[in-house]
Amino acid sequence: MTGAATGDGPALLKVTGLKTHFPIRKGVLAHVTGQVYAVDGVSFEIRRGETFGLVGESGCGKTTVGKTVLRLIEPTAGSIEFEGRDITRIAKEEMRRLRQRMQIIYQDPYSSLNPRMKAADIVGEPLKVHKIVSGGALRERVEALFERVGLRPEQLDNYPHQFSGGQRQRIGIARALALSPSLIVGDEPVSALDVSIQAQVINLLMDLQEDYELSYLFIAHDLAVVEHISQRIGVMYLGRIVELTDKRTLFSNPLHPYSEALLSAVPIPDPGVTREGRVILTGDVPSPINPPEGCHFHARCPYATERCRMESPSLKEVEPDHWVSCHLHEGNVADATELRPERT
Amino acid sequence: MEDGRLLGMRVTPLNARRIENFKANRRGYWSLWIFIAIFFVTLFAEFLANDKPLLVRYDGAFYAPVFVAYPETAFGGDFETEAEYSDPEVQELIEEKGWILWPVIPYSFDTIVFDLPGPAPSPPTLQNWLGTDDQGRDVVARLIYGFRISVLFGLVLTIVSSMVGIAAGAWQGYSGGWTDLLFQRFMEIWSSMPQLFMLIILASFIEPTFWILMVFLLLFSWMGLVGVVRAEFLRGRNYTYVMAARALGVSDRKIMFKHILPNAMVATVTLMPFILTGSITSLTALDFLGFGLPPGSPSLGELLNQGKANLQAPWLGISAFLILAVMLSLLIFIGEAVRDAFDPRKTFRA
Repeated sequence: MTGAATGDGPALLKVTGLKTHFPIRKGVLAHVTGQVYAVDGVSFEIRRGETFGLVGESGCGKTTVGKTVLRLIEPTAGSIEFEGRDITRIAKEEMRRLRQRMQIIYQDPYSSLNPRMKAADIVGEPLKVHKIVSGGALRERVEALFERVGLRPEQLDNYPHQFSGGQRQRIGIARALALSPSLIVGDEPVSALDVSIQAQVINLLMDLQEDYELSYLFIAHDLAVVEHISQRIGVMYLGRIVELTDKRTLFSNPLHPYSEALLSAVPIPDPGVTREGRVILTGDVPSPINPPEGCHFHARCPYATERCRMESPSLKEVEPDHWVSCHLHEGNVADATELRPERT
Repeated sequence: MEDGRLLGMRVTPLNARRIENFKANRRGYWSLWIFIAIFFVTLFAEFLANDKPLLVRYDGAFYAPVFVAYPETAFGGDFETEAEYSDPEVQELIEEKGWILWPVIPYSFDTIVFDLPGPAPSPPTLQNWLGTDDQGRDVVARLIYGFRISVLFGLVLTIVSSMVGIAAGAWQGYSGGWTDLLFQRFMEIWSSMPQLFMLIILASFIEPTFWILMVFLLLFSWMGLVGVVRAEFLRGRNYTYVMAARALGVSDRKIMFKHILPNAMVATVTLMPFILTGSITSLTALDFLGFGLPPGSPSLGELLNQGKANLQAPWLGISAFLILAVMLSLLIFIGEAVRDAFDPRKTFRA
């Protein structure tokens, strides 16, 4: 698979053919009896100052992509290039230093903060660990970070349980921001928050992006959120990216049958509207331990042909900057539209 | 919420609640104070039971034989060696030109009392409140020193074996995988060895001193905490905030001690008083069997053994038994109170 995106800006992060498999061990000797193909050949690029959204239903491997990119999970194959440098195999100590440049915000604001540490210590920890500042200057930096993410300095010495969910997520953001990274992986950073708080946190993330020229890898399952924050979006299904394009194209002209189904599942907040031609998927996501032969989606795809059962499609650029992995869309976009069968 | 303070240290609200819970358990709370009082008193055993006077006034000068060894010639005697204050002649010499201030019990643990009313072990008298043992040594003095050495031994052994156990468990649990698997098998083999026999065998070809005995007992006692600490670390290494710390570039050692270890502290602190009682019991058992502290040391186990060998002298067995029973009961009560204080599900009266 080739690099799936060619853009104008220089790529900050370039992921090529990334695979993360987890061995399944059994028995006394813990021999490997199988593999979970959590991420199975994913390629994408994130440009500087850009937000790349990664969507898909739960279990499709999007979180694993995020963690593998940061090498919190070791990749099985493929390469990760960060700021023009291959970081797939660099040593642990070097990686530790590189962590200043790439950070992560977790999904659950409750479990991602150490309940025994004060907020100021949580936010200050990265600064201390990398010996950036200490003593009084540390306190000042932490205070500034606190204000930047919309927390009051009086709360510095509170423990995580004394904050609300949204405030906790702000602490998580401040912690990620402390080292002024260039890339932040947001692992569903708002999905544990209620809707009104979601908007606040999303807006905070977008403000910060503007101020610090951050790039985000934004992982989510909520399409509305992803549409709001991202410039480009990758749709994942069972360890693979099935469609990758800018958000306008994706929402107006989704080509992959899975993207179509995903988009038509987005609720329209108007009871008067009845939607025509909704694509409703049947069945469940197949197990990533035994992914189906051929196209991973064929068992649930309304347009599946014999070829889909046999041969796995690859991600191809069907129109400028619009990549699809589907046998139906292999030519140019005109052909693709022609090929698309009538909905039943 | 403001943090409280205890002995000048900052106490988190949670720990403040635990301290309250501990205090609410009257039995454990009082046991702690009684134990501390007894231990504190025995720490100054030399001032309590000693065959050297606390203070001597002789010829217009003060002497402190507890701290300094004076030759007999200093008091007008004939010998250059240290004065034998229990010798009536020396006492007479001093009292001619001054006075002697004796400790409450004028015998040390190894003082042999010569002017006994009958053959040793001799029964309790006004001079020897609990009689003497089979070598004519005062039982009260031996109990005071024996209590001190037992508790000190237990405390040091508990601290050292906890440190070793926590370090081993932390490393094992945090590493996981093969390290964990192999180390777990090693522990199973090691713990299945008959400990007492191993200790007896070791003690029979190396003459044990206080520290050698400590190392012997440490060989097995460190395993007490490994299990719980390992379990906590196996669980803790997958906590999101531990992963977050790793993502921040925090080093493994810092993660282990700052982020995961506090979770293991509850289990550890809860077990510690019981490890302490266990340590004291094993020391006593070895002493009883004659494989413990070197001969002549004041030891409760040795006194118990004498009691068994001299059933006609019940003051030996009974006093050793009572002291051991009181000490171990106090420690168990404290341990129970600590355990309950850390139990989040337990409710206490206000």
